[in-house]
Amino acid sequence: MAETLLDITALSKNFDTAKGRVEALHKVDLNIREGEFITVIGPSGCGKSTLLRIIAGLDGQYSGTITLGGQKITGPGIDKGFIFQEHRLFPWLTVEKNIAADLSLRDPEIRRKVDDLIELVKLGGFEKAYPKELSGGMAQRVAIARALLRNPRVLLLDEPFGALDAFTRAHMQDVLLDIWRRNQTTMIFVTHDIDEAVFLANRVVILKPRPGQIKSIVPIDLPYPRKKTTSSFQELRLRVLKLLDSMNELELTDGAGI
Amino acid sequence: MSHDISASAGPSLKTGFGRWKLLGLGLILPAGILVLWQILGQMGYISDLLFPTPLEILKAFVGLVQSGDLWDHFRISAVRALAGFALGGGLGLLFGLLVGLFAKAEKMLDPTLQMIRMIPSLAVVPLFILWFGIGEESKILLIAKGAFFPLYINTYLGIRNVDNKWFEVTRVLGYSRIQQIRRLVIPAALPNILLGTRLSIGLSWLGLVVAELIASTSGVGYMMSDARQFADTPVVFVGIIVFAAAGLITDYVVRLAERRLLR
Repeated sequence: MAETLLDITALSKNFDTAKGRVEALHKVDLNIREGEFITVIGPSGCGKSTLLRIIAGLDGQYSGTITLGGQKITGPGIDKGFIFQEHRLFPWLTVEKNIAADLSLRDPEIRRKVDDLIELVKLGGFEKAYPKELSGGMAQRVAIARALLRNPRVLLLDEPFGALDAFTRAHMQDVLLDIWRRNQTTMIFVTHDIDEAVFLANRVVILKPRPGQIKSIVPIDLPYPRKKTTSSFQELRLRVLKLLDSMNELELTDGAGI
Repeated sequence: MSHDISASAGPSLKTGFGRWKLLGLGLILPAGILVLWQILGQMGYISDLLFPTPLEILKAFVGLVQSGDLWDHFRISAVRALAGFALGGGLGLLFGLLVGLFAKAEKMLDPTLQMIRMIPSLAVVPLFILWFGIGEESKILLIAKGAFFPLYINTYLGIRNVDNKWFEVTRVLGYSRIQQIRRLVIPAALPNILLGTRLSIGLSWLGLVVAELIASTSGVGYMMSDARQFADTPVVFVGIIVFAAAGLITDYVVRLAERRLLR
């Protein structure tokens, strides 16, 4: 097995709200290996987004330790790519300039990498398009390319396909797996879609709410490419579903958004 | 002003025939009024002194153009308006950036500036004349005072309204503070800055008219007040039309820039 990339030990996080202190995460321990694809699933309020934001360095003031490649995470940076639920592209920049962002396309090295990435996310021909001319799935692929250009050690995805329709979502899952196979970037993918979680991951991390804690971790030992219709897939899906159901969460419905 | 802005914010007109048809539609009312005005004036139903007919105004216009008077006055006025706009608008942009970007600058400057904003321009005219005489300084400063605030407030608001979600993106992408300003804040605030520019230019012309009507020996405003004293009403109308046209043209220039910069 590959070595540990991300080590989370006894991570707790509190939020101070008007109603008092809320414990968003309580003593979370998680060890993620280099090149692994992790999906995190759980009902709303389980702290899955918070967990991702802490890893990204966007949220501070937690207790416990998180190290990336042995180094303590002190803040956001390009070694931790982040994909938000909305694409968050800059509307005044074209696709290629959005991907390059603060890097200059006049640099031949950057130019070449951007062209390769546009190829990778299958957006050839749209280099000069503006975000408003793109569909949701295309825009999200640009966002992924933008993150990948910086060669992140880990790609953090916060329900990136949550706003897409079912067909686009399935397509995007294939695209992401394709990227993962080629680049072997470590992925941590937060979702509320059970199919998506099982389809993508090496391991599915199930969180439970109030306070956010790891309920269990389900290894998915199916070979890629996976088919959602096979009985082995359905078995694992059922297992995850049962674990989620046992939390007795009324809002949680099969595969649907909360 | 607000009229022009809402018009530009609406869906753009289709090119070709539809566009000309719409333009023609818009011209029916003013053209009708002009024709009616001309007819009523010629038939003697309205006072020639108060409402010289359109043809008389045109004659006065041609005369002023031929003598070169109009161009001389207009040049002086345009330089004043431009200088006042450059001074006031430039400072407005600068202070808007400062106050928008730095919380400390906001605390230090904004209350004072808001206080100054509440002073009507006309109220400071006597003071400006006392301080600077009736020379160019008082006029340019009066114009500058008017031009300052739209750019200041809109730049400031534009910067403040940059959504925090964009800042998260720049943090994740590892932008430096300078890059955040140059590559996020300024482009994101640009629509507001351009809106402020348009409003500032409009107010510059307004301030110019006030300044030239009150105390001046040259400029289109002076030409008008001089003509009024000699009851030369057609020239007053020519002045009004010149101001309207100048305002429209400068506004159109900024809108062109807007279209190029914002896509």
